[in-house]
Amino acid sequence: MQVNGQFQPTIVAFCCNWCSYAGADLSGTNRLQYPANVKIIRIPCSCRLNPMFILRAFQRGADGVILCGCHPGDCHYTTGNYYARRRMTLLFNMLEYLGIERDRTRVEWVSAAEGAKFAATMNDFVETITRLGENKRLEDLRCKSK
Amino acid sequence: MQRIGVFVCWCGSNIAATVDVEAVAEALSHEAGVVFSTNYQYMCSQAGQELIQDTIREQKLTGVVICSCSPRMHENTFRKTCERAGINPYMVEIANIREQCSWIHKDKAVGTEKAIILGRAAIAKVLLNAPLTAGTSPVVKRALVIGGGIAGIQTALDIADAGFPVDIVEKEPTIGGKMTQIDKTFPTLDCAACILTPKMVDAAQNENIKIYAYSQVEAVKGFVGNFTVTIRRKARYVDETKCTGCGLCTEKCPQKKVPNAFNLGLDTRRAIYIPFAQAVPKIATIDADYCTMLKTGKCGVCSKVCTAGAIDYKQQDTLVEEQYGAIVVATGYNPIKLDQFDEFAYSQSPDVVTSLELERLMNAAGPTGGTLLRPSDKTHPHTLVFVQCVGSRCDGGEKGKPYCSKICCMYTAKHAMLIREKYPDTEVYVFYIDVRTPGKNFDEFYRRAVEEYGVHYIKGMVGKVTPQNGKLYVQAADLLGGQQLKIEADMVVLAAAIEPDKSARPLATMLTASMDTNDFFTEAHPKLRPVESPTAGIFLSGACQGPKDIPETVAQAGAAASKVIGLLVKDHLTCNPCVAESNELMCNGCSACEKVCPYGAISYIDKDFRGPGRTTLKRRVAQVNPAVCQGCGACTVACPSGAMDLKGFSNAQIMAEVDAICK
Repeated sequence: MQVNGQFQPTIVAFCCNWCSYAGADLSGTNRLQYPANVKIIRIPCSCRLNPMFILRAFQRGADGVILCGCHPGDCHYTTGNYYARRRMTLLFNMLEYLGIERDRTRVEWVSAAEGAKFAATMNDFVETITRLGENKRLEDLRCKSK
Repeated sequence: MQRIGVFVCWCGSNIAATVDVEAVAEALSHEAGVVFSTNYQYMCSQAGQELIQDTIREQKLTGVVICSCSPRMHENTFRKTCERAGINPYMVEIANIREQCSWIHKDKAVGTEKAIILGRAAIAKVLLNAPLTAGTSPVVKRALVIGGGIAGIQTALDIADAGFPVDIVEKEPTIGGKMTQIDKTFPTLDCAACILTPKMVDAAQNENIKIYAYSQVEAVKGFVGNFTVTIRRKARYVDETKCTGCGLCTEKCPQKKVPNAFNLGLDTRRAIYIPFAQAVPKIATIDADYCTMLKTGKCGVCSKVCTAGAIDYKQQDTLVEEQYGAIVVATGYNPIKLDQFDEFAYSQSPDVVTSLELERLMNAAGPTGGTLLRPSDKTHPHTLVFVQCVGSRCDGGEKGKPYCSKICCMYTAKHAMLIREKYPDTEVYVFYIDVRTPGKNFDEFYRRAVEEYGVHYIKGMVGKVTPQNGKLYVQAADLLGGQQLKIEADMVVLAAAIEPDKSARPLATMLTASMDTNDFFTEAHPKLRPVESPTAGIFLSGACQGPKDIPETVAQAGAAASKVIGLLVKDHLTCNPCVAESNELMCNGCSACEKVCPYGAISYIDKDFRGPGRTTLKRRVAQVNPAVCQGCGACTVACPSGAMDLKGFSNAQIMAEVDAICK
């Protein structure tokens, strides 16, 4: 999206309910700033992230998608983040093949205590996506509003 | 057709300062499906909740979106509000415009725009919400306490007093924990053993309490109300049912050179031992690392002297499986290893000791019988230097811990006071960064050490300790006096930082309980739910949650017990209705979902379906047990035919959120 001639990326962050969503809350509680481009969607576990959701985000014009979950070994559901990790590895390879740069997708482990890490991760991710510029690949022009 | 109401909260100025709440309510009122939109100062207040309820009735709302703080904070509050007004509690969605919007953005225009988008996403989701009904699951009326220190003992006693059976699992041969090693307690200077050992005996004699000493938790399965725990009972090589604790074996064992862990290696014990006289249970244990019989097969002295015939060299570890409704973690703490603090010469001189070692050196049951003697030459020390914050409050780096260990200021004052009282000919110096004494009668205690007992408190850190000719030369900075000090000391005592016990990390993984970066267990809410883990059914007691002194530990132990009792009195628990559900018409029975389910909630049945004409087809389809499913959603992604979906977080709902955000 262009705002006043400046590129403002649309970024979707999927956060697991138990660690990363709480980590995001903590960064808010601690008033740690990160750009408003990041919009968070709460999912119960990183393993709930269907690759379809990421494809859909890119179809609808997202410039970057990040998945945050509990650290490996700390999953609230024991093994969910291991599934997520494998699925995302495959998906990101495929997306790269389709022309979506590897840097537009990311998986990061953020615990409920890591508010600072959440903010730092988002600052870094927004910067990376801003540098990469607008994403046109996969975009479904039929969905474009006027 | 859904009728959605949108309620935008100001949260005083918390949201309203950086988000134009009126503009948000206005913008969202134009969204499809929205029939009502308003804003109010405090939605969670009585008046705010009444506003929501009245609107639901007046406008005949079918769904509600609340733009407020995190759903982790008030989702339940608002669900109950809506339930009272007659709509299904799961027809509520929260847009998090405080923690994830107003608090992180300073620009009001930016914050407002983002709040509108988050509100839209919530509306898009709630339009696809369906009423959900929570099922119930039974509660096993038995609790497990992991760790038998003062925290674990107190929790177990309180739960047992309420009439529920409770098991304690303790990895050491005896319960009691760190407090058994402590000589006196601050700020009253009463003897630790005198207040602890009666509690140990109470625990042992309480018919509701079962103690698994010298045991460890091996595996945990299940969920709140219904945990299955495997406990490994380590081989003691002594039959617990026969041993009378007479201690004859521990006197006759020829292997005398085993470092005595109870006295922190300051003296030695035998290979067969009872940690201390008041141990509970008082049963001998053979240390397999040192026992000649177990290592070479040649000895057997203990077996010969044991009149009870309790020695069993062939004993093996055994595994016990038990059911519990609640689990309390009370794994406690340990002082950190001081290998990295070479400047204090801890590994070079035996006269440089940790505070816990000093406790043993001053304890009547310790290696010196309570007379303070230098470990190197067993002479009476005249000058003692205490160094505080050794490894505590270290910024960054690999060395030490970033946090304050909390108890060191007080126990150092206690040590200094006790030494000055017993040996008035000594000079005692305490080097500190800050003296922190918040607590009832704590500051008075510290001031007594300075004013009545003449302990020299010096603000500044010790730079180096050099052992030379049987003396310890302490170089330090006196920050207030603005000078360098050089003290010729006989003993140096280091107040080592405390850290969570090493067993806590693997245990947290088993329990799926979260930890912070320092391996302390995280509480569900730092202020409002301090004794519960975010994982339902797991409770926290004592120093496993953060550094704590004894009164605080006992208070937290009681609080954890009351939470456990609150859980165990219930016959049934309401289950989370956001569970997976399989669409039988789409399921082809491939088993992909079953393989990824961590709870074994998915099974298969053969079901009749209508075939062509008047035929019936038998097909294998997946079925989810809603009482066992925890709603992680792993199966929904694994399902190749898209038959599996998660209620409350369905594919369509999340897609709708994505669409709303990317619009």
